[in-house]
Amino acid sequence: MNLHEYQGKEILSSFGVAIQRGVVAQTPEEAVVAARKLTEETGTSWHVIKAQVHAGGRGKGGGVKLAKSLEEVEKLSGQIIGMNLITPQTSAEGKKVHQVLIAEDVYYPGDNEPEEYYMSVLLNRATGKNMIMYSTEGGMDIEAVAEKTPHLIFTEEIDPTQGLLPFQARKVAFNLGLSGQAFKEMTKFVTALYKAYTEADASLFEINPVLKTSDDKVIAVDAKVTLDDNALFRHKDYAYMRDLREENPIEVEAKEAGLNYVDLDGNVGCMVNGAGLAMATMDLIKQAGGEPANFLDVGGTADAERVETAFKLILKDPNVKAILVNIFGGIVRCDRVAQGIVDAYKNMGTINVPIIVRLQGTNADIAKELIDNSGLDVQSAIEFQEAADKVQAVLS
Amino acid sequence: MSVLVNKNSKIIVQGFTGSEGTFHAGQMIEYGTNVVGGVTPGKGGQTHLDKPVFNTVVEAVEKVGADTSIIFVPPAFAADAIMEAAEAGIKVIITITEGIPVADMIKAAAYVKDRDCRLIGPNCPGVITPEEAKVGIMPGFVFKKGRVGIVSKSGTLTYEAADQVVKQGLGITTAIGIGGDPIIGTTTKEAVELLINDPETEAVVMIGEIGGQLEADAANWYKNSGSKKPIVGFIAGETAPAGRTMGHAGAIVGGSDDTAQAKKKIMRACGIHVVDSPAEIGKKVAEVLA
Repeated sequence: MNLHEYQGKEILSSFGVAIQRGVVAQTPEEAVVAARKLTEETGTSWHVIKAQVHAGGRGKGGGVKLAKSLEEVEKLSGQIIGMNLITPQTSAEGKKVHQVLIAEDVYYPGDNEPEEYYMSVLLNRATGKNMIMYSTEGGMDIEAVAEKTPHLIFTEEIDPTQGLLPFQARKVAFNLGLSGQAFKEMTKFVTALYKAYTEADASLFEINPVLKTSDDKVIAVDAKVTLDDNALFRHKDYAYMRDLREENPIEVEAKEAGLNYVDLDGNVGCMVNGAGLAMATMDLIKQAGGEPANFLDVGGTADAERVETAFKLILKDPNVKAILVNIFGGIVRCDRVAQGIVDAYKNMGTINVPIIVRLQGTNADIAKELIDNSGLDVQSAIEFQEAADKVQAVLS
Repeated sequence: MSVLVNKNSKIIVQGFTGSEGTFHAGQMIEYGTNVVGGVTPGKGGQTHLDKPVFNTVVEAVEKVGADTSIIFVPPAFAADAIMEAAEAGIKVIITITEGIPVADMIKAAAYVKDRDCRLIGPNCPGVITPEEAKVGIMPGFVFKKGRVGIVSKSGTLTYEAADQVVKQGLGITTAIGIGGDPIIGTTTKEAVELLINDPETEAVVMIGEIGGQLEADAANWYKNSGSKKPIVGFIAGETAPAGRTMGHAGAIVGGSDDTAQAKKKIMRACGIHVVDSPAEIGKKVAEVLA
């Protein structure tokens, strides 16, 4: 589950990680109230207005602005709330901004120059351990840093039985070139950050930038936080943080129906049992001259109700020119699935795109007969290649 | 010969009396698999599917000599079940459960590494040695005995590949479903190595998908091994967009090196016979064995 910056910071703060403070606002009026409150609490006179959407690169799209007065807070919030924010990480249409975070200005002048760093916590799949990845090059696109100056990226791998050890936290601070008060602040920051990561069951923390302020405090200015969906059952208190407005509505509906669906841009819809076979089916659609319109794993049970829900979801996309159903019946019998398809088809009345059904495995022959004798406009296939050929024929 | 499981394996089912465990244990027994009992804490002493139920794994090891376990325990408790099996001395631990928290698997994987056992999965269809032992949820009839080994991250795609191989008049030595999670006990490389070293296996089918480095590691190992045994490879997900999880928790393109294209390139460079179409796996196997 992806979180907004303000939600991520809330979690960080609850584990003692120092953050750039802020208040979330839904309207320009709320933004002004938030700014006033923040000035009382922090003494800040300038405020940063930050669009809250699930996408990085918000600054580049005009979603992060500095306001030097309350009038500017109101004006800039008004501009950002409701805009379609286009960033390198969104689609061409962008993402609608529903709320902004009014945050304190932390780049104030002081004895030292402020410095920005990069820090993330994530799983190293190769070793099966968590690691802290960090760099002196903060505030920049880390992939670009990795490409141009890989020697400026450091990693610290964590022993799962020991957790983050004090010497590792010191190493991070040393590698970032810190000393004195800032050094102490950084070791505290890293230690709290890792604790937050494990205790919240996160699968990604990306803090870019981590800021050393002009008075040597170390704080998280941004926070990209992803929680492990598999672990949400033990974090019921985070459930309310899911913002459905940020997710694709068809995907949300699919999830509620227990279907695993990913919306894509193509013209051939597909319905498959099993994630690997679903991806392979998408690849085959492409090789047959089409483009997959979705990924859809219907799972182990493909009864009429599920099939009907799946058909309806796929047909919500007006670009779909054909549907390929690819089921490898194992424990699930193909004739049952075929009956499900026939029933769903009849319930739905007319389906205006050709449907190709490939059923393989248990009782595949009976299933094919059932479909062929149904009188419906459904083509059946048994071999994988046969299905691909039929998709090709339908498209041309 | 075969790898991991055979007719002499003494298999217990953890999560034996639950609905998944009951259904699939029944199917395994019907297939002729040597299921010697099961474990459900609190139900020790009962009999289920005509087999003894134990409270703990260690009891099953002591009383019926279990050496292999298959786990159907729900996600919240599955990592604990894996560690219990490892501690009790089970040698092959096959975990079917999908949806185990990553943090739990980090701990369980580290725990297993320090002990003399092998973990397969989680989130996998299991392992089958045709006509000897089906320790998983796959449809047994698809897998005929023969000389081709299969390693795969996916369930139904494994059945698809096995079906194609069998229809070419070839059969399967052992098919290993390693699982689609970001953390799995046995890697592609380890599973391929087992099959390459198995004298009865004459060719290996290696099916991967987007995300992670497992296929690249296996390909590099194969090249360095100097083995002449052919491997036919397929990677699912060429059309998957970056940054989206495609069903399996581990199937996500993170960078330029874990796309299907990048993986296939490395595999080809290492001498693996890569097919672009999933419909051509069986044909390619027949071709390299001809």
